Amino acid sequence: MLAGLFAGAGPGVAQDAMGRTSLVGLRAPDIARADLRGAPVSLAALRGKVVLLNFWATWCAPCRVEMPRFVAWQKQYGVDGLQIVSVSIDDSEPPARALVERMHLDYPVVMGDAKLGERYGGVLGVPVTFLIDRRGVIRARIDGETDLGALQGKIEAMLAAH
Amino acid sequence: MRRSSTIGSGMKRVRGCTGTILFGLCAAALAVSSVHAQLNQPVSASVIPRDRLLEPDALNHELQSNPHGSLILQVGSKVLFDQAHIHGAEYAGPGSRPRGIAALRSRVANLPRGQAIVLYCGCCPWDRCPNIGSAWQLLQQMGFTNVKVLHIANNFGSDWVSRGYRAESTH
Repeated sequence: MLAGLFAGAGPGVAQDAMGRTSLVGLRAPDIARADLRGAPVSLAALRGKVVLLNFWATWCAPCRVEMPRFVAWQKQYGVDGLQIVSVSIDDSEPPARALVERMHLDYPVVMGDAKLGERYGGVLGVPVTFLIDRRGVIRARIDGETDLGALQGKIEAMLAAH
Repeated sequence: MRRSSTIGSGMKRVRGCTGTILFGLCAAALAVSSVHAQLNQPVSASVIPRDRLLEPDALNHELQSNPHGSLILQVGSKVLFDQAHIHGAEYAGPGSRPRGIAALRSRVANLPRGQAIVLYCGCCPWDRCPNIGSAWQLLQQMGFTNVKVLHIANNFGSDWVSRGYRAESTH
């Protein structure tokens, strides 16, 4: 399984510069689970939207730096079809809930686990952000703290492309 | 007179021993509580002396020649650990939470203080890691003398798994 996670992936599966299994160019694995507010979340139901899928944890300082921008982008670009979905990889819900309330995250937040991380090519550090186009295809994977200006540019380009 | 002086000196020894025991208990409680108090503020990885750091290629080489030499403990995220961890490592975290510190303390409590231990995390870049500094401090306060820390500059995926170093998952 680890070979599939990061090296020696099968035919048709790309590898990035680090030799990791890259899902870029492939349909995003579905996520169908309730968010922390109990509302159902389904990536499949978001076809037609540009999805920013963000893996994070409450103990991750770079993750918390990004969140206010994600909140702002959801407000700014939601009308154009952006949907942010975030996945907490905290070991339990209470700290994630507390942070969601404290930071006023008004987009869906679901709890992740090892299996979901594996389905996304391995989430072995946070933050990890995926950009998924309107057809449900992963167009970018960004590992670690990122240039938020550049990320915003990518989002705008994807929103403009129909 | 001699008998009473013997009793008197005996009582002094008992008081001295009791005092020593109480002092030791207080010192231990203070050490643990100081780590707990610091958990409200993450302990920086910069508290770890450079000569205690181990680079990934060095640990990988060591594991190839002596796979059971050190007890390897991951003190970060369980979700990350379950996906992939160093072959043979155990989970004892997260170092940023009291329950993680308690788990680490419990795991090592009965080990000889000279036990070779390697701590690692790899949740996020080294200088932002909220787990490794407090885990290191705990082991120092418990009197462990042979502890090294795996220096993961970026994250475990980039700095270990992607390099093809030996890793395994929980399931």
